[in-house]
Amino acid sequence: MAAPAPRLDARLDGACLVVALGGRWTTQAIAGEDAALAALEPAGAMQARIELGEIDELDTTGAWLVYRTARELRRRGLEVDLSGGDQEQRDLIDTVAAHDVPCPGPPPPVNPLVTLLLRLGKATVEVLAEARDLVNFLGHTTVVLLRSLARPRSIRLTSLVSHMEQAGLNALPIVGLMSFLIGMVLAYQGADQLARFGAQIFTVNLVGYGVLREMGILLTAILVAGRSGSAFTAQIGTMKVNEEIDALRTIGLDPMEVLVIPRVLALMLTLPLLTFYADMLGLLGGAVIALVELDISFLQFARQLSSGVTLWSFWIGIIKAPVFAFIIAMVGCFEGLMVSRSAESVGRRTTAAVVEAIFLVIVLDALASILFSNLGI
Amino acid sequence: MRNGTVIEVTGLRTQFGPQVIHEDLDFSVARGEVMGVVGGSGTGKSVLLRSVIGLIRPAAGRIVVLGHDMTALPADAVRALQRRWGVLFQDGALFSSLTVAQNIEAPMKEHTRMSRRLRRDMIDVKISLAGLPPEAANKYPSELSGGMRKRAGLARALALDPEILFLDEPTAGLDPIGAAKFDQLVRSLQRALGLSVLVVTHDLDSLHAVCDRVSVLIDKRVKVGTIESLMREPDPWIQEYFRGPRGRAAQAAAGHGAGTGNG
Ligand SMILES: Nc1ncnc2c1ncn2[C@@H]1O[C@H](COP(=O)(O)OP(=O)(O)OP(=O)(O)O)[C@@H](O)[C@H]1O
Ligand SMILES: [Mg+2]
Repeated sequence: MAAPAPRLDARLDGACLVVALGGRWTTQAIAGEDAALAALEPAGAMQARIELGEIDELDTTGAWLVYRTARELRRRGLEVDLSGGDQEQRDLIDTVAAHDVPCPGPPPPVNPLVTLLLRLGKATVEVLAEARDLVNFLGHTTVVLLRSLARPRSIRLTSLVSHMEQAGLNALPIVGLMSFLIGMVLAYQGADQLARFGAQIFTVNLVGYGVLREMGILLTAILVAGRSGSAFTAQIGTMKVNEEIDALRTIGLDPMEVLVIPRVLALMLTLPLLTFYADMLGLLGGAVIALVELDISFLQFARQLSSGVTLWSFWIGIIKAPVFAFIIAMVGCFEGLMVSRSAESVGRRTTAAVVEAIFLVIVLDALASILFSNLGI
Repeated sequence: MRNGTVIEVTGLRTQFGPQVIHEDLDFSVARGEVMGVVGGSGTGKSVLLRSVIGLIRPAAGRIVVLGHDMTALPADAVRALQRRWGVLFQDGALFSSLTVAQNIEAPMKEHTRMSRRLRRDMIDVKISLAGLPPEAANKYPSELSGGMRKRAGLARALALDPEILFLDEPTAGLDPIGAAKFDQLVRSLQRALGLSVLVVTHDLDSLHAVCDRVSVLIDKRVKVGTIESLMREPDPWIQEYFRGPRGRAAQAAAGHGAGTGNG
């Protein structure tokens, strides 16, 4: 395969510029010859002759260089002819010449400051447009959800149960472990701080309030957003890329009813259950640390919990769950349906779904805190 | 160098789990030849092509491409071989995060020492060769129609001026005029460069227009021959394929062109 490298020899023969090419003029072999040919100076010559006779191998890149050299010399007013070379090589040069159709270059880079401003503006418009679409989708989902609840027969049971299994049952190990650890962390922190005042027993209150009101639901919701919200986007988005959503529509099925409602409903049913489970394990984690570090027995822990923490705290956590679930599932499905035709956008939308869902959940949680504290519960 | 075989497959056996796709399959492609591969849907045409280019490891048999045994070659040697062929996958397989021009530039950047300006020139030539309008250069694959994606895939396959061109259903999804142009293009490139082409196709017109020989995948093996010799095969599928209404129409069309085309 070690054919000779491209050879290039230009000389002036009277008023004729002779460019003799030889060796291997192929894509793999050509490197600096391009610049050498472009820099050819006619130096007063009236004619030019490009000799192909010595060329061993010619492919489209080589043919292009021959053609371009001839074209440039002609543009400078020279009379150019090609000599030597077999019919195949000349055919190839003709083929390449017939395909000299310059494409527009890539859009030129603009001033970075302008780019920054442009991107900022574009992003702002996009965020606003997306917020509008999301609110739109929120309304649409609510209507279809209420309609489905009014006609329970229209709910797709198999799909509902399967999503409940994936989002709920399969999340039990990780949710449980995480809550248990959070309960332990809270108890440790409380024990350290409160022991200074001799108020160790209030560690129980801290754990109870912390886990039941905020930590249980918030962390479970964030975990579910990362686990199931993203899965919803990826599933629906991939279907969008494969034109499955269009296919659903053409056979008279409503993607809202078939894809969105089962997911939304499944999450609204499972998140409260998951939250309850997380609450229990969080308390257990706290109780274990209380026992080990503070010598508070489980019985003492339970007694202090029932006297120090109102039942309301528990309910506040549970009440938030279906609302958060609705937001997470809705955002997940919305982003999935926003996927465009490329596979790349599935990834982008999945990230967006998780970020948006977590953001919205935390905003709602903050609002709920303000509301409940004003109500005095 | 013009003679000899570029692809030689002997005793090939491929299987997915219990499903055997090819069994004791022999076949070869000579240098400078256009070999067509036909067969019913699911008979393993795409799998055969993928085995030859080293994407699927066969369960048994030898695959020799450009003098190298693909089944025994270490990975980096396969990489070195890969620049000597171009592949057009069944659905384009363009890199979705790159524009068409960048897609074509990718193999050039990786494997050649061409200057940036020359690369740009060659991208333009390849885009035009593949029959794409110049505006397509800066578009992303998701902004193209199915037929245009295929042409962009072809342009990328041609990027390195390969010795062997693998085409998986290249004319599917092209309009008839575009398909005929594509056939001509394959022919002219093949003549000029001594290119060898392995083309999986269902397009009977392009089979007649470009293929020197045809392999028919039947019963996990291939029957190879020119279209004329295959027509004499007693196999009912082959008979139906070449002598069915479409087969006859394509043959008639090719017959008219033969007087001028085979100079
Ligand atoms: N990655 C894979 N895993 C399992 N089975 C596969 C895989 N790829 C292909 N197959 C099977 O191999 C068989 C041949 O597939 P192949 O894609 O080669 O068909 P084909 O002849 O190209 O058909 P078509 O004309 O429809 O493209 C099919 O039965 C397919 O189910
Ligand atoms: Mg196939």
